[in-house]
Amino acid sequence: MNFDTSPIKKTARIDRLLDAFYNAKPEIEPARAELITESYKATENLPEVERKSRAFEHILDNIPIVIRDDELIVGSTTIKMRGCQTYPEFSYEWLEAEFDTVADRKADPFNISEDAKRRIAEADKYWKNKTTSELATAFMDPRALRAINHNIFTPGNYFYNGIGHITVTYWTVLGEGLKGVIARAEKEMAEMCVGKADACKRRIFYEAVIRSCKAVIRYANRYADLAEKMAQSASGERRTDLLKIAQVCRNVPENPAKSFHEACQAFWFVQQLLQLESSGHSISPGRFDQYMYPYYKKDLDAGTITRESAQELLDCIWIKLNDLNKCRDAASAEGFAGYSLFQNLIVSGQDRDGKDVTNDLSAMCIEASMHTGLPMPSLSIRIWNGTPHEILVKAVELTRTGIGLPAYYNDEVIIPALMNRGIPLEEAREYNIIGCVEPQVPGKTDGWHDAAFFNMLRPLELTFTNGWEDGELVTVETGDVLKMTTFDELYNAYKKQMTTSIALMVNAINAIDYAHAQRSPLPFESCLTDGCFESGKCVEEGGAIYNFTGPQGFGIANVADGLFAIKKLVFEEKKYTMADFKQAMADNFGKGLTPLDMEHIVKTVCAKLAKDGREITPEVIKAVYASAAASKQLPKERVDFYEKMLDDIEALPKYGNDIDEIDLFARDVAYTYTKPLETFRNPRGGIFQAGLYPVSANVPLGAQSCATPDGRLSQAPIADGIGPAQGRDKLGPTAAANSVAKIDHLIASNGTLYNQKFHPSALSGPKGINDFITYLRTYFNRKGMHVQFNVVSRETLLDAQQHPEKYKALVVRVAGYSALFTTLSRSLQDDIISRTTQANNF
Amino acid sequence: MNDNYMQQTGRIFDIQRYSIHDGTGIRTIVFLKGCVLRCRWCCNPESQEYKIQEMTVAGKKKIIGRDVTVAEVMEEVMKDGDYYRNSNGGLTLSGGECLCQPDFAAALLRAAKENGINTAIESAATLPFENIQKLLPYLDTYLMDIKHMDPRKHEEFTGKPNTRILENARKVAESDVELIIRVPVIPTFNNTPEEIRQIATFAASLPGVEQLHLLPYHRLGQDKYTGLGREYLLDGIEPMSQSYMESLLEVAKKSGLRCQIGG
Repeated sequence: MNFDTSPIKKTARIDRLLDAFYNAKPEIEPARAELITESYKATENLPEVERKSRAFEHILDNIPIVIRDDELIVGSTTIKMRGCQTYPEFSYEWLEAEFDTVADRKADPFNISEDAKRRIAEADKYWKNKTTSELATAFMDPRALRAINHNIFTPGNYFYNGIGHITVTYWTVLGEGLKGVIARAEKEMAEMCVGKADACKRRIFYEAVIRSCKAVIRYANRYADLAEKMAQSASGERRTDLLKIAQVCRNVPENPAKSFHEACQAFWFVQQLLQLESSGHSISPGRFDQYMYPYYKKDLDAGTITRESAQELLDCIWIKLNDLNKCRDAASAEGFAGYSLFQNLIVSGQDRDGKDVTNDLSAMCIEASMHTGLPMPSLSIRIWNGTPHEILVKAVELTRTGIGLPAYYNDEVIIPALMNRGIPLEEAREYNIIGCVEPQVPGKTDGWHDAAFFNMLRPLELTFTNGWEDGELVTVETGDVLKMTTFDELYNAYKKQMTTSIALMVNAINAIDYAHAQRSPLPFESCLTDGCFESGKCVEEGGAIYNFTGPQGFGIANVADGLFAIKKLVFEEKKYTMADFKQAMADNFGKGLTPLDMEHIVKTVCAKLAKDGREITPEVIKAVYASAAASKQLPKERVDFYEKMLDDIEALPKYGNDIDEIDLFARDVAYTYTKPLETFRNPRGGIFQAGLYPVSANVPLGAQSCATPDGRLSQAPIADGIGPAQGRDKLGPTAAANSVAKIDHLIASNGTLYNQKFHPSALSGPKGINDFITYLRTYFNRKGMHVQFNVVSRETLLDAQQHPEKYKALVVRVAGYSALFTTLSRSLQDDIISRTTQANNF
Repeated sequence: MNDNYMQQTGRIFDIQRYSIHDGTGIRTIVFLKGCVLRCRWCCNPESQEYKIQEMTVAGKKKIIGRDVTVAEVMEEVMKDGDYYRNSNGGLTLSGGECLCQPDFAAALLRAAKENGINTAIESAATLPFENIQKLLPYLDTYLMDIKHMDPRKHEEFTGKPNTRILENARKVAESDVELIIRVPVIPTFNNTPEEIRQIATFAASLPGVEQLHLLPYHRLGQDKYTGLGREYLLDGIEPMSQSYMESLLEVAKKSGLRCQIGG
């Protein structure tokens, strides 16, 4: 074994930084909004990419900076720890609408002062009709907009925000410095034939790159100045620290990193400033243990660092990754709950020749997550058949702490899945993960991962209503289900609802894509992405080498269990009719109508009245509501009938119990999303590829879905990830994993997400760890793509709901990322508790 | 045993996968129905009767027990075949008392060995040695309960004296099967240091025995008594603290055996 996994002691500095972190309440600051607005007002009529670079420069030259107590790695986007800036160029109206609720909302609250509200609102005035979201709306087909309003899919992520979701060439900054990047841009300009068709545009791009890089260098020097100034009044060790900080920030990121400390600092400026430029999330450090290793090894061999001092620098970076924050609109905040920025950092795996490259830093990154116990980075580990056992033991020791890290990824599936998308073997072997679970080639890819949430339950509902809802045709008429005489007729109708809905989603996403290309080309991100220099285009304009769009579908378990129930109970056993199922769904299985059910009824009736020429006044709506509520009191026989029906549905085989009949059907259901999607193309010259995961949107988007034929009640959460529906896997972790592995993960090349909850007793002792590793490896042998674990007892979570003050530091796995449990909304907490615990009996 | 052993039938009441506390590696436990003992603390009271029963579970009636062939059981068991092979795990028979269905139990173990996986049984060895002999050719590990050294107290709490158990323990120890002694540690019955010392001393006297497991009393079976309409005789007894169990572990270790708490 040529790497060391032994524990390293955490320093007192790290404990102090962590204390400061826990005491900081997230707050919104106005500086960036004001600065970008000032700059944009001064640059009207210039090319967009130039305006971006000038605004970036203006922000970096003027935004207040701070060096926090005890910091070794510096660079803060806000004065207060865990604060956030705003990004009005993408969207702003939601924030103004939420000014007075954002501090008290359930998911991810942020404080905001009256002064900040006033200043942000003043800046925002300029942005009316100038944002990417407004332009995106203009590009969208009215039918796609209608489908969004009916909650079939939600492209809110990039509609409101920057794209992010990228891993840049950090190694370029470490190896040649931004000086090198500037020199290359100058060379491109000098050697470019001015008569070429795109020469004018190219020049603007290279100039924007140079301007952005120089701004970053000046920004670093502002920190050097500040550190020197602070050193004058500091004493003892802190004075030494500050002088060192000054020295480091003078050299990087302008020049190549000379030491591990400088490499860490250069990395951090890039990581921080990409987010300040773009407002995107999931800006992922990627294979940090690989590109940082040469600097670590050189210093260690020279005796200028020790494992302990290197570890402290890593721990500092880990805390900085949690210091960055982002305020999303209330709905998105529920879908990405937990203040997460999804900065995915992955260790181990193979190099481009297929050799294992686990090293000391792989283990030290795991150690850093043990030391800090924080949700960021989204730590991941690549596993292949040749992964050394020792690094897995280290990883499982972290898993055992219950913070839901690391997530485990399977090289043996992901490499061929990427090759199936046209990526050469050597590059596929270099893959990393973006955000939650999305694989791609680092430094070369604009993956548009996370492009939208696609709720597979909604097309199922629309199958039962012939494509109509609330009095309008939303998708396509696929026939009256009551007249269907075979299961295939029903299934084909569902597939047609799916393909129609998918096309509408593609339209919406591509509209947003065009809007970003036009209004939000990002020169700094682009100069650190391969392909952009050559093409002279920004990432947003299709400049990267590989371009994809990856929206994620979810709800496979509910759709599969539901269609299977109809297949068995209606078409095979003939115990129930299609009418029974249709009525049961409309009646919410006799469990009382939810607000969502009532809303659909009232809207449908009102639409009909309007069509008949009635004026829809508030009084009419009220009357319709009252009569709908009154007519829905079900007689007892009906309630009993539904109770029996639910029992009969429950008795059927369910996805998640290693039963081929239903599992292979679920595999086919997954294809109803993955296969039609890959036939579509994006404006950047790439294709669409499916992900199968909901992040945490299975809860809020479940609240937008009526009852489904699997017996899931109206507004209840949808199944989590690619896993079985909550509580339906009854045969333990191997059976559930075997079922999940029967889905075709290779085609879902934008990632799949499998959450597995273990009781702590299952991981106790060396035997617990070894059996757990076997479990993991065997799931991967069966071609599972990803798995992550929550190892925390139900009792602990229930207690944390009762006494949140005792559990400030309790981190749990949500969905592709971890979050502080007590910051999550109650409904998401409940969902996490209800996911099956795979405990062991005695 | 006949050549048609895959068609041998027997009665089981549960199959539990990813069991990691009853033998090496990742295992599947098949619970056979029917037992000759009536231990007061039994956490699987639905296992005791051979007949198929109805039990109320979470408010709903559930049928406990089904008749199956070895082939049917093995189809379930081998769904995790690769997990066993990667961890030296396999099949564990539990119950009930698997020796009550010796032909079925032997056929299951044989089928497991044909599939190349590890085999174990959890058993109290209260039946004639001939029943055990049928299983030995296909058995890797015998997890044998020894609950008490005093025959009268044993009979009072389990319904049968321990005489045959102790004889069988010695005979199994003399075979080439690995024998591990397990002690369910039950307050009011056998949880004094002296009682544990006696069991450990006996276990250490058996040739080839190296391990002793102390299994602390828990109340997870209590609701099942209500579900079966039975009285729970140990009502009011609290599980022991971890520190008390550790003090018993120290006592057991004096026997020279490798001892642990839990399986």
